[in-house]
Amino acid sequence: MSTQRTLATARRVLAQLRHDPRTVAMLLVVPCVLLTLLRYMYDGQPQAFDRIGAALLGIFPLLVMFLVTSVAMLRERTTGTLERLLTMPLGKLDLLLGYALAFGLVALVQAALASALTIGLLGLDVAGPTWLLFAVAVGDGLLGMALGLFVSAFAATEFQAVQFLPAVLLPQFLLCGLFVPREQMADVLRWASDVMPLSYAVDAMSRLTVHSGVGGEVVRDLAVIAGCALLALGLGAATLRRRTP
Amino acid sequence: MMNSAAGPGPAIRTTGLTVVRGGRPVLHGLDLEIPRGSVTGLLGPSGCGKTTLLRSIVGVQRTAGGEVEVLGRPAGHADLRHRVGYVTQAPSVYADLSVTENLAYFAAVLGAPKSDPARVIHQVGLTGHEHDPAGRLSGGQRARVSLAAALLGTPELLVLDEPTVGLDPVLRQDLWQLFRSLAEDGATLLVSSHVMDEATRCDRLLLMRDGGLLAHDTPAALLDATGAADIDTAFLRLVEGAPADTADALEGGR
Repeated sequence: MSTQRTLATARRVLAQLRHDPRTVAMLLVVPCVLLTLLRYMYDGQPQAFDRIGAALLGIFPLLVMFLVTSVAMLRERTTGTLERLLTMPLGKLDLLLGYALAFGLVALVQAALASALTIGLLGLDVAGPTWLLFAVAVGDGLLGMALGLFVSAFAATEFQAVQFLPAVLLPQFLLCGLFVPREQMADVLRWASDVMPLSYAVDAMSRLTVHSGVGGEVVRDLAVIAGCALLALGLGAATLRRRTP
Repeated sequence: MMNSAAGPGPAIRTTGLTVVRGGRPVLHGLDLEIPRGSVTGLLGPSGCGKTTLLRSIVGVQRTAGGEVEVLGRPAGHADLRHRVGYVTQAPSVYADLSVTENLAYFAAVLGAPKSDPARVIHQVGLTGHEHDPAGRLSGGQRARVSLAAALLGTPELLVLDEPTVGLDPVLRQDLWQLFRSLAEDGATLLVSSHVMDEATRCDRLLLMRDGGLLAHDTPAALLDATGAADIDTAFLRLVEGAPADTADALEGGR
C-alpha cells in the first residue's frame, strides 16, 4: 500500500468526474429534487416527512454510489485499464482506497447539500447532532461504493451492472423499514432485514431524527455499516485478480 | 537510460509453457529464449496464441503448466512491475481523460519522474495533442497513448501486442525506429504482429501457429533455411513442411 498511489488514484477518479459535469450535476441535484418532491407530497404531515425524509437521506448516498462505482469499475475491467494497472506496482488496496476517497468526497458533498436543503429549507426535524448525520451519510455512501465494487465483478456488460441495482438494492429498500416498521414484519422477513446493511443505514437516520445526543444505538448502526463496507471491500479486493484465465 | 542489457541470462525464458482456456489448449508446451537488448517479432495468424503468450510473459495469464522466467524472476513477480511495460492489443487508457492526465496518472503509479509524460508523448509523436481527451483521438493516436504509457519509467522489457495496427506507413516506420533505438539503449522488445513485412525490422523472429512454435531464428536464417524470398513464403513453407519446389507451386497457386 502506498499513500502516493492511493492519492494519485483518487485524483484520477475525480479528474474523470470533472470531465463529466452532467454526472456530477445529477449526483448532486437529483436527491435534492426528490426530497423536495417528497416534502410537498407530505404537505401537512410533517411527522411522515421526518420519518421518510430521514430514511432517504441514508438511502440516496448508498444508491448513487452503488451505481456510479459498479459502472466505473466495470469500465476499468472492460477497457483494459484494470489489467494495465495490475501489471504495474499498484496495490489492490491503493486502487480501492483511491476510489473510496474520491467517491467518499462526492458522497460527503451530496449529503451536505441534501441535508442542508431538507433540514434548512424543507423543515425536517433532526434531534441528533448534524455531524453524526453526515457521518452516517458518508458511511452509507462508502457502503454503496463497496457493494458496487463487489457486484461489478459479476457483470460482463453495463446493462448487467445496472440490473444489479434492482437485484441487490431493491429487496433491501423494501425490507429496510421504510414501508413497514421492521418489528411488525413476519419473522422470516425481519431476519432477512436484520442481515441487510441498508436496514442499519435507515435505522441510524431514523434514530437521529428522534433522539438528541450521540446514542449508543446510532453508533452500533454506524459500526454495522462500516463493517459491511469493509467486508464488501474485502470481497471486492478478492475479485481483483492479477492473473485471469 | 537505466536499462541494463548486461544482466545475466536471457530476458525471457519459457519451458513447457502450457495454457488452457475454456477447456481448449491454447499453448502447448512452448520452449523459447529471448536474449536481452534485442527486438523480437512474434508473428503468426490471428488466433494462433500470440496474445496468450504475451499475457503469460507479463504474468496476467493463468497458466496450466510450465515455467516463464522474465529478467531472472518468475513472470508476474512483484519486482517486475517496475521493469516490464505492456501494451495490450486494444488501447487501455481512460477515454475521458486527456493524454497528459492519463500519462500523469500512470507515471504516478509507476513512481516515474514527473517529466516522463512529456518525454514519452514526444517519443510516440503525439506532441500537440497533450490536452485532447483520449476518447476523441483517432484509433491510431489512442494506440500511441497506450504505447506511451508503457514507455513510462523506462522499462527493461517491453511487451507490445500489435502496436502498429492501423497506422500509416510513415508512423509505422517512426515507431520501428523508436523500438530500434530503445533496443540500442539496452531494452528488450517483444513485438507481435500479423503483418509479415514487419519481420525484417526485427533481430529475431518467433513464428507461431495453432499454439505452437514453428520457428525461432533471425530473419536471414529463416529465409536461408526455407529458401524463400520473403517471410510470408517462409511461413508457408514451414507450415507445409514441404521441400522448396512444392511450396513454390503453392505460392504460384495463390
